[in-house]
Amino acid sequence: MWVLLLVPFIGLLWVPFYNFTEPSLFGFPFFYWYQFAWVPITSVLIWLVYRSLPHDEAQ
Amino acid sequence: MAEGIEWIALSVFIFFFVLVTVMGFFAARWKSAAVKEHLDEWGLGGRQFGTWITWFLIGGDFYTAYTVIAVPALVYAVGAYGFFALPYTIIVYPFVFAVMPILWKVAHANGYVTSADVVLGTYGSRALELAVALTGMVATMPYIALQLIGMGVVIKAMGLTGDWPIIIAFVVLALYTYSSGLRAPALIAFVKDIMIYIVVLVAVVVVPAQLGGYGAVFSAANDAFTAKGGATGLTLKDSQYLAYATLAFGSALAAFMYPHTLTGVFASKSADTIRRNAILLPAYTLLLGLIALLGYMAYAAHLKLSSPNDAVPMLFKTLFPEWFAGFAFAAIAIGALVPAAVMSIGAANLFTRNVWKSYVNPGITHAGEAAVAKITSLVVKVGALAFILFLPTQFALDLQLLGGLWILQTFPALVFGLFTRWFRAEALLLGWAAGIGWGTWTAWSNGLKPLASLALGGTSYTFFVGLGALLLNIAVAAIATVIVQMVMPEKGVTARS
Repeated sequence: MWVLLLVPFIGLLWVPFYNFTEPSLFGFPFFYWYQFAWVPITSVLIWLVYRSLPHDEAQ
Repeated sequence: MAEGIEWIALSVFIFFFVLVTVMGFFAARWKSAAVKEHLDEWGLGGRQFGTWITWFLIGGDFYTAYTVIAVPALVYAVGAYGFFALPYTIIVYPFVFAVMPILWKVAHANGYVTSADVVLGTYGSRALELAVALTGMVATMPYIALQLIGMGVVIKAMGLTGDWPIIIAFVVLALYTYSSGLRAPALIAFVKDIMIYIVVLVAVVVVPAQLGGYGAVFSAANDAFTAKGGATGLTLKDSQYLAYATLAFGSALAAFMYPHTLTGVFASKSADTIRRNAILLPAYTLLLGLIALLGYMAYAAHLKLSSPNDAVPMLFKTLFPEWFAGFAFAAIAIGALVPAAVMSIGAANLFTRNVWKSYVNPGITHAGEAAVAKITSLVVKVGALAFILFLPTQFALDLQLLGGLWILQTFPALVFGLFTRWFRAEALLLGWAAGIGWGTWTAWSNGLKPLASLALGGTSYTFFVGLGALLLNIAVAAIATVIVQMVMPEKGVTARS
């Protein structure tokens, strides 16, 4: 499960994934809403790892 | 921007400032312990902050007032490139989740208060301890000065001139930090963060509505960048890819090496408090991204700015009623007080534990530690104030930039020891020196820009100097460890319980 923590690094540090304007969403060019979208995605990924921790670890 | 004093805005501003001042002094009694004269009490608030207090405290001191001014200013000036703050403050949290609970456990089990305490406990090296402590203190000073600059921008926007408003604000801050310690910023952070959330949520709904929607905001910015030319625009130029990614990555690794963020970590109640915060703190990142967009809104509002730093204050003054502008300015100014307090406490803890206790008075009592730290926090704040009163603003900005580079060089000494004991203290010290030396030299010779260029196979790669220095640091530490192992096979390491 810990490997999930690496996903945001890949999604955000490889700039060619998102350095364009289309498709836009609610007026936001892709470059912007893509990076905004990683905020909740990252929270969920960390939460998934947190949930998988053995009980004694999660104290 | 000096067209007379804005009395309504100023009244609202003063109301909130007085409110947090009262809270700051009252905080001394909040959750107080039987034994008050102990560094754990003054410098870490009793090591008892739960999930929500920690969320407000770290959110309040990591996302500083200066951020609210500087990030939109950079986005206003250069566009997409200024947005690196967003990926930076996202990827920092997987890192925090994986590493900071382990660091907390080590600190908690041994009663450590600072990063340099952890390094000394792990490697038993006074030299490495001092290197980490000095780096922390030196990197923090200009950071405090920047908070004052952020406060100065909004005070100026209300029509006040001269240095005295900043001096008054800082004397008040110094006094309640002295008497209440970390409890003061922790309590004030509640007010500060709620105010900032209100201001930003209102701004990102109301401002685009007045300016014709987000589509209009982005297209106004796009027109301005097209006219301006150069390395600006709504997306990155090819040559900016690596700089953008390395700035985000390097800044994320550096963020929790600073004394003020680590103070927030060490002050929390449990490792689990930190894990939950890694899940919840990204809410502030969303806020930061929205704040960054204020830079584009300044274009859509057709503001004429004398400096990019005026983008946010001018936007509020132009588009909002005066009382709300005052509320926003108060939020930013209080937003400067929280990090400035935590930073001075973090620096004071380092000085007390790793300079005073290590070199001046090893037999110091707990009460003595608290007393030294309280005085040091005053000295640190006076220093930061003198910094901005007597030196050019640009000097503080340049030093803050170098500070980020320097603090990143403490990463191997602090973090590697949590996972492996392979590295040797002498080698880590050498790596630290190499990273700081090369990084400072490179940044200096590039006119204090955070970027360096390297030509490989005919192509030039531009990257964040700090990250380059960290790679050099790690390489030197690894090679030197191999050599030290051969020369002195036995490890001179003190046991850690």
